[in-house]
Amino acid sequence: MSDLLKITDLAVDFDTSYGKLHAVRGVSLDIAPGESVGIVGESGSGKTVFSRATMGLLRGSSVHRTGQILFEGTEISSLDSKQIREYWGTKIAMIFQDPMTALNPVRRIGAQMSESLIKRLGMSKSEAKDRAIELLTLVKLPEPELALEKYAHQLSGGMRQRVMIAMAIACNPKMLFADEPTTALDVTVQAQVLELLAELRKELGMAMVIITHDLGVVAGYTDRIAVMYGGEIVELASTTDLFTDTKMPYTEALIKSIPRVDRKRGSELASIEGMPPDPTSNRASCGFADRCPYAVQKCRDEHPQLVDAGNGHSYRCFFPIGGK
Amino acid sequence: MAGTGKAHLRDSPAPILRVENLVIEYKSGRNDPVQAVSNISLELHDGETLAIIGESGCGKSTLGKGILKLVDVTSGSVVFNGVDINTLDKEALRQVRPNFQMIFQDSISSLDPHLTVGRIVRQPLDIWNRGEESERDAKVDELLVSVGLDPERVKNRKPHEFSGGQCQRISIARALTLEPKVLICDEPVSSLDVSIQAQILNILQEMKVRYGLSLIFFSHDLAVVRAISTRILVMYLGKVCEIADPDTLCDSPRHHYTHALVSSVPVPDPTVHRHSAILQGEPPSPTNPPSGCRFRTRCAAATDLCATEEPQLRETTPGNYVACHHPRD
Repeated sequence: MSDLLKITDLAVDFDTSYGKLHAVRGVSLDIAPGESVGIVGESGSGKTVFSRATMGLLRGSSVHRTGQILFEGTEISSLDSKQIREYWGTKIAMIFQDPMTALNPVRRIGAQMSESLIKRLGMSKSEAKDRAIELLTLVKLPEPELALEKYAHQLSGGMRQRVMIAMAIACNPKMLFADEPTTALDVTVQAQVLELLAELRKELGMAMVIITHDLGVVAGYTDRIAVMYGGEIVELASTTDLFTDTKMPYTEALIKSIPRVDRKRGSELASIEGMPPDPTSNRASCGFADRCPYAVQKCRDEHPQLVDAGNGHSYRCFFPIGGK
Repeated sequence: MAGTGKAHLRDSPAPILRVENLVIEYKSGRNDPVQAVSNISLELHDGETLAIIGESGCGKSTLGKGILKLVDVTSGSVVFNGVDINTLDKEALRQVRPNFQMIFQDSISSLDPHLTVGRIVRQPLDIWNRGEESERDAKVDELLVSVGLDPERVKNRKPHEFSGGQCQRISIARALTLEPKVLICDEPVSSLDVSIQAQILNILQEMKVRYGLSLIFFSHDLAVVRAISTRILVMYLGKVCEIADPDTLCDSPRHHYTHALVSSVPVPDPTVHRHSAILQGEPPSPTNPPSGCRFRTRCAAATDLCATEEPQLRETTPGNYVACHHPRD
């Protein structure tokens, strides 16, 4: 199976006033066409920087990127600004957590949607309008003709996210990055949006990457999950293996901390005490050692490497749960 | 969906807070006023955690503000320890207010960015002139420790230096400064990471026991409230759908809306395939709510009766109530 996206040893550093911040530290990940992958981590785990680097959105003198990002064999940092515009939308598209700030508040939905259709696909105005209605129908927005005349503030959060999704899929991208697509939404609307994304993925044959802090969100909608912590992938497995054969204590802690609607309540929710590791430090220990219930001296003295457990399952721990 | 009914109110023991037939309307231009809270009755007993669940726009925040009298109440009563706070004059209301405190969803913006954390937590004591200087300092330290912060490290820093979870801890400490009886929590964990949510929920549970609080907890996430509440009240478009204990409500919801809410919560286990009943569409506009049962436009079990007659709350099993003409089995 040839990979659509092949990321090898990606690292991203930022220059800040308190020194070099290592946001992403050597991440490798391959994604096949049509595959659905979840990237899960807490705030500050580097998941958003990872996705922006992959989108080619990180540019500037204070950003230092090393490693390879190959999309269909082409290194994205080799693309000039004209080529990267071509890449966005047709190859890879993104939807964001906050659909209010991602939409232009002073332009009508129709004008925002047809812009890319006219400029990118060379459609006429009326063609673009028809296509916009078609796209809004595809994302199940009620009364799409009326919606074109509205401004973002006249739509609810769930409807705005549907508009964002419609704009993202307008040029038939091969891969869709969804950065916390449902975090700002109610659970009922979250369920609607996740179902919609799953349907669109099948219908359009897109690969999809869902970035989230909530393992519960991706459990039902992904083929594989990568757990990120302190800028690294600490566990990567098929969704079923990740939940049923958890290796990394951090993954276990994340799963246990999720309140469950289908379980009777216990005395206390399991929380992960402590804070994520300092992103400016050069790490010589396991990043999770200070918060890990199983940590021993070795975890504080040495940095664990990614171990391949076979079957596409890898983890970064000296003492994996259930043994090696 | 009615909630026009008080069958669920218990008389003994006397509740710490009792809300009866509360109506809150907002004026909207030349149109008819919008009823954000439409005839809601509820009560809170000592040491209870009452969770109020509903989607955006169902009126839950307005209800919270109405209980605190932060918005004007159109009709109905809010009785705290036997006194209707709507009848109190300005000064008498001010005297009662320290008994109610609130924590908000967006903890960072609910803290004054110019003040140090020490000042933020101490300010209520200064305003009410409680205790000596040294006692106030000691109280601030005690509160910060109890929410898991190191006073020496945090007291002289400002809110922007803290993460969302830490700011929520500071908000909790501030809310507890005046030793309130009732703490109203408006979506206190919905903007936090899952791993941090559990920390904050555990702190709230601890504080409830340590300071003898009763909690009203607003949320849209049933999984969160199942873990911490003693009773759950489900709201839709300003009305009550169902009131029950958490296990009954989550395991065998009687109201079709509650069932949809339960089905929407993602389960962190790919091997669990739940019967999913995803709600279609959006809630109707509260400016022109449907006749009869307000949920009927999105309900699969709706009949003609639902359009003509508003269902009343009635008891299903002891202590559990539903407002539906055709409840689920």
